Amino acid sequence: MFAYFANPERFMRISAWALPIAAALAVLLFAIGLPWAFLFAPPDFRQGESARIMFVHVPAAWWAMGIYTFMAIASFTGLVWRHALADVAARAAAPIGAAYAALCLITGSFWGQPTWGTWWEWDARLTSMLVLFLTYVGYLALWAAIEDETRAARLAAILCLAGFINIPIVHFSVDWWNSLHQTASIIRSGGSSMDKSMMQPLLMMAGAYLAAFAALLMAGMRAEVFRRRVSAAALRRARAS
Amino acid sequence: MSILRATAAVFRRDLALAWAAGGGAAAPVGFFIGATTLIPLTAGPDRATLALIGAPLLWLTAALAALMVLERLFQADLEDGSLDQLLLSPAPLELLVAAKGAALWVAIGAPLALAAIPMALAMQTPPHAAPVVALGLLVGLAAFIGAGLFGAALAAGVRRGGVLIAILVLPFFAPPIIFGASAASAAVEHGLFTPAFSLLCACALGAVALGPIGAAAALRLHLE
Repeated sequence: MFAYFANPERFMRISAWALPIAAALAVLLFAIGLPWAFLFAPPDFRQGESARIMFVHVPAAWWAMGIYTFMAIASFTGLVWRHALADVAARAAAPIGAAYAALCLITGSFWGQPTWGTWWEWDARLTSMLVLFLTYVGYLALWAAIEDETRAARLAAILCLAGFINIPIVHFSVDWWNSLHQTASIIRSGGSSMDKSMMQPLLMMAGAYLAAFAALLMAGMRAEVFRRRVSAAALRRARAS
Repeated sequence: MSILRATAAVFRRDLALAWAAGGGAAAPVGFFIGATTLIPLTAGPDRATLALIGAPLLWLTAALAALMVLERLFQADLEDGSLDQLLLSPAPLELLVAAKGAALWVAIGAPLALAAIPMALAMQTPPHAAPVVALGLLVGLAAFIGAGLFGAALAAGVRRGGVLIAILVLPFFAPPIIFGASAASAAVEHGLFTPAFSLLCACALGAVALGPIGAAAALRLHLE
């Protein structure tokens, strides 16, 4: 499957129509999900209206982790099978993931203020999200610092995989000091503890974030492929003259 | 046999270089003492406060001191071509990188841990706990250097890579700092063998085992 999509020509052909579809889907899902979450979903019986920020906060957290996982898979693919497009995908995903992580941290702090009475709490999930954000920053900084693109891609891929090991370790380390953050309430053995009326808009928002990621990722990858074509053409012209 | 000899030669060479150029541990230890001096200046000289936060904060200043020495770790070897020679040697690069890390630990880590004893006393840590804090730091510096090898190798080709190394490495410093600072807090009442200390040792072993592998992979890319 990777070999099939690793062909840049084919990627450009498919993404030419997949990108507008993903973008339209993202707009549609946000257009339904945001009013649903902020106007029609019931307020939380204990936290009241402030719990609505969950619909922005939780999908950002999910996909900040999901995008990093995507980057780790792309990095592994790039390292092992040397697919240039996998490197491009990892590089293009990083700023989106960093933005989601930042959004998660900012909305989390807005949520924490009325709920816990503090802007920031050093518990496992906040801290590991912050470390995830820093890992994104380091990844982007490494890309920016190394001029040779293939070398930068390989080095960044190694860093990405190392960070992929590190973040769960950080999470469990911080878990070791206790926390007042509520325990995971969506995926756990006894089934979801969340009511359907809140679960449905949440999943809608998660779908919107995913579609937005797909659209932005493809846009970023296409821009990178075009940029490489331009620099290759400039090189050819310089050689010819 | 030649593999062991090559590893020992790299270890001796790096140890000699660390002490020959730039006064060995003087600069990082000086930085460590200076930065630690700022702790009472920021938190106030109150004895009870310092006894509470001083020893854990030594972990912060020691981590920063360890960061200082990382920039030159591979840079000079990359510039003068000795890294190419290391790659040509029959010994695996992972082992030679580990030898460089071990030399750094002996040359810089041990003096830092030693300097931590008087600094812990200055932070109002009870005398019986100060050596415990220092021993924890000695283990923690192995973890810092293991992660630091990796970060320094990634940034080896970069001019003025010091800040980049810091950004790359700090997320990997988080687990040893958490357990190390907890062990330092627990040292007064529970001595050396606390759960936090065991977990710190686990972090150090993991970093020492994995750091050289990651570092060697990155260095090979720089030499391609």
